[in-house]
Amino acid sequence: MLMISPKMASGMQEKQYTPSLLSFFIYNPTFGPREGEEEKKILFYHPSDVEKNEKIRNVGLCEAIVQFTRTFCPTKPAKSLHTQKNRQFFFEPEENFWMVMVVRNPMIEKPNKDGKPPTVEYQEEEMLDTVYGAVVRQCYSMYKLFNGTFSRAMQAGGVELLMQKLEKFFYRYLQTLHLQSCDLLDVFGGISFFPLDKMTYLKIQSFVNRVEESLSLIKYTAFLYNDQLIWSGLEQDDMRILYKYLTTSLFPRHSEPELAGRDSPMRPEVAGNLLHYGRFLTGPTNLKDPEAKFRFPKIFVSAEDGYEELHLIVYKAMSAAACFMISASVELTREFCEQLDSLVGPQLTLLASDICEQFTINRRISGPEKEPQFKFIYFNHMNLAEKSTIHMRKTASVCLTSVHPDLMKILGDINCDFARVDEDEEIIVKAMTDYWVVGKKSDQRELYVILNQKNANLIEVNEEVKRLCATQFNNIFFLD
Amino acid sequence: MAEEHYLELSENPVQFEHASSVNNVFFDEANKQVFAVRSGGATGVVVKGPDDKSSVAFRMDDKGEVKCIKFSIGNKILAVQRTSKSVVFPDKRSLKLLKSQSINVNWYQYCPETAVILLSTTVQGNILQPFAFRNGTMSKMSKFEIELPVVPKPAKLSLSERDIAMATIYGQLYVMYLKHHSRTANSPSAEVVLYHLSREGSCKKSHVLKLNTTGKFALNIVDNLVVVHHQTRLCPEHPPAPVLLLHRPLVFPAGPAAVPSQPPVPCQLYSSSWSVFQPDIIISASEGYLWYLQVKLPPTVNLLQDKGKLMDFLLRRRECKMVILSVCSQSAYLTAGSLPVVATVFDKLNQVYKDYLEAEQSYTQAMESGPSRGSAAQKRPVRTQAVIDQSDMYTHVLSSFTERKGVSHKFIIAVLMEYIRSLNQFQITVQHYLYELVIKTLVQHNLFYMLHQFLQYHVLSDSKPLACLLLSLESTYPPAHQLSLDMLKVPNNRPETRCCSTRCLGRSSRETSDSGEAPPSTQVSTARSTWLTSSSCLGSRR
Repeated sequence: MLMISPKMASGMQEKQYTPSLLSFFIYNPTFGPREGEEEKKILFYHPSDVEKNEKIRNVGLCEAIVQFTRTFCPTKPAKSLHTQKNRQFFFEPEENFWMVMVVRNPMIEKPNKDGKPPTVEYQEEEMLDTVYGAVVRQCYSMYKLFNGTFSRAMQAGGVELLMQKLEKFFYRYLQTLHLQSCDLLDVFGGISFFPLDKMTYLKIQSFVNRVEESLSLIKYTAFLYNDQLIWSGLEQDDMRILYKYLTTSLFPRHSEPELAGRDSPMRPEVAGNLLHYGRFLTGPTNLKDPEAKFRFPKIFVSAEDGYEELHLIVYKAMSAAACFMISASVELTREFCEQLDSLVGPQLTLLASDICEQFTINRRISGPEKEPQFKFIYFNHMNLAEKSTIHMRKTASVCLTSVHPDLMKILGDINCDFARVDEDEEIIVKAMTDYWVVGKKSDQRELYVILNQKNANLIEVNEEVKRLCATQFNNIFFLD
Repeated sequence: MAEEHYLELSENPVQFEHASSVNNVFFDEANKQVFAVRSGGATGVVVKGPDDKSSVAFRMDDKGEVKCIKFSIGNKILAVQRTSKSVVFPDKRSLKLLKSQSINVNWYQYCPETAVILLSTTVQGNILQPFAFRNGTMSKMSKFEIELPVVPKPAKLSLSERDIAMATIYGQLYVMYLKHHSRTANSPSAEVVLYHLSREGSCKKSHVLKLNTTGKFALNIVDNLVVVHHQTRLCPEHPPAPVLLLHRPLVFPAGPAAVPSQPPVPCQLYSSSWSVFQPDIIISASEGYLWYLQVKLPPTVNLLQDKGKLMDFLLRRRECKMVILSVCSQSAYLTAGSLPVVATVFDKLNQVYKDYLEAEQSYTQAMESGPSRGSAAQKRPVRTQAVIDQSDMYTHVLSSFTERKGVSHKFIIAVLMEYIRSLNQFQITVQHYLYELVIKTLVQHNLFYMLHQFLQYHVLSDSKPLACLLLSLESTYPPAHQLSLDMLKVPNNRPETRCCSTRCLGRSSRETSDSGEAPPSTQVSTARSTWLTSSSCLGSRR
């Protein structure tokens, strides 16, 4: 992606290019071990219009590098390959299945005088392995959420089925990748939790328990408000990827019509139900129409003996969304949907307005003092809770940060340092211009603070951060 | 097959010599004493009261047939009536007329508990004039009319003394009228109409209890329940049964159950010599027994299917605690499919609990703020059996419930959380042992992700015992370490005991040379100084 930054007074401009996806492919070397069979190894390749031999060459190169580096460290093969112009990321999600993502390094095109072609300067060091490595992992997790593992597809229908599934999924998914805005949060893959008082939380628990009891088909439930999680009945790893899907794909798709005007054709069909504001985000859009067909997306979550396949029902009333997961072996009928609608709709509507009320009361009480004046990112590995005052609107298409990408890069570097050791650490960095960046790691928690204090010294910065911990995180034990 | 009866006669009735040609039996409702007068008193008068200690025997001259005989309170003064117009006091005393009132009276009734006399006036007899006796004075209350089902023409006495009874229900005085035919043409059934006589003197119709049947009735009040005894006119051999009615007019007859007689006293139920007295006395003069009518609560549990209504009923009864707790833990009740019912029951119980706690609290505050300044002295609130607190619920219901086999663990947790939710709703502080029960159950079933979320949202309130429990879970569930440290950070949870501090300093002591006995704050500041030194060595990074 191209960003224009006017720097030269003479009117000639420097062009800044952000990282972009060059290619993405999935292969299994055991499928074509002999000469002449190389094409069989390739299960998926993007962009598809590349010439066959070039595909084979690229795949072969990756295979060779991985094999080669294995001789030095059999247990931990190469994770990435850095070259001047691009970087390749390798990931083996299942035995002998490899996913490779090739990203073009960010670069600056500096115009030259006298008609010479512009000089291109590649900023190889701007990219962080951890960030894009995490992106590749997430690609696999997302695929697995909707399709199960690669081996499952192989068992069900051999290589042909697997290739079909990969094509169908990645063709769409890769279009949603916005590599230019990937950063530390992708490394975490965390979940944002909605702050709630005890009484309302207990009411939500009560609601979930009662619905699960009345509709015994429901195996798991998750409850979200305003794109933030309140309750999850799923294990962490499953919830993590489901959360990402909901907040970056499903909810944005359905919120835009809601925001549309009254007469807009995009406005969802409100089934004339005045009793409640509940509606299905997945499944039947109009319960009143008996002819309309519907289906629920199927997801795969981990179970004691591998994986289980579930229908995903997402039901929303105002800002509250409840996800109900039912075994895929059950056929969900219109009657069931109607039953769910009449049971859940009114209760969820009531809960949503309760939560909204509580939230407004809490904000009024805590007042402007609690308004975050600090720019920070917090993450807890234990429960995957993340909080960021740096990132603003996060949708599928855009993720705005309020700080310069250089600073985000520093955060990423600090995170890499933290990952190298087990002990608790604190790292303070003076960045360019007026910024100080502080990273704290305590137990399983990480906190990154960006301070804009020009003439502060180390001790003052330290004090500031301690103050932040005391106010914003007063019930969390941070070792000072 | 023995049916479970919910009404029974007292086990040890007061026994007296039964009525015969030589023995007359009199009953004084005020002192609940039975007088057995032999031969007009010449061969002896035996007086028996509610307890044997007050049995008195004496002789008096036979000066004619005794119409009525009573003692004053404490058996100090004896009064005997032999003629229709005079009363004799065997001991010489002086008598002073305090007050007189001139009214045409058909009959009267007296309620000793409230010291109110009710006079039937007018030709039809349905205008009742009450008088209250208080502090040695007699004050007239406002009269009221009993609605008759049929207005007789020409007017004649249509309201008999047998149709009226006075009773105290929930501390209020009521006049109960047995209306044999309802005015509505379609239903010939009988009703009991209650008129509430308030302290200020005004009286109004307050409740109608529909009996849905006809026949002969008698009324008793037991444990604030209106008991209607019913004898069918049509089949005298059919064992008549009392119909238990609940006080709230919303309710309905709960189905008859026979009243058993207590062995070894065989006697015929509802024999013709049975007399019913207020509030809860049944006397059989021909056999010589006086019984108190009692309610047995456990069998009543099956009478009401709606558990909410059942709770309302039980919470108002005297000896209700164990019955309520057994209802709560009955298998039929706490099985899957009943979460809303569980929630309702908990809410009803906690409402009563909360009321008691508040009364206690205001009493304590009043006591602490010094002797009352002009306002009436507050009485210490009485804790009735209906107050079911957390320790009751834990001991009798919840701890055994969590061990029950065959119940899904999700349901067990759901019930525990409902109880905690209900306590929170009534702003009652949850005891830590309840939280411990939740944690133990979650850990037992490996529901760690639930535990983590509950702790994250502080649903299980922070406390020292809980923090220690979490520390002990570290080997099974490593994140418990982090959670317990957070909990210990709250100032009043700082550990004082040695074992706590050594464990929680397990990690931080790596950075320092101290071995941990000091509380975290000291350790923490030592660690800090080490780090400040090390971080000052960092240069600036790009």
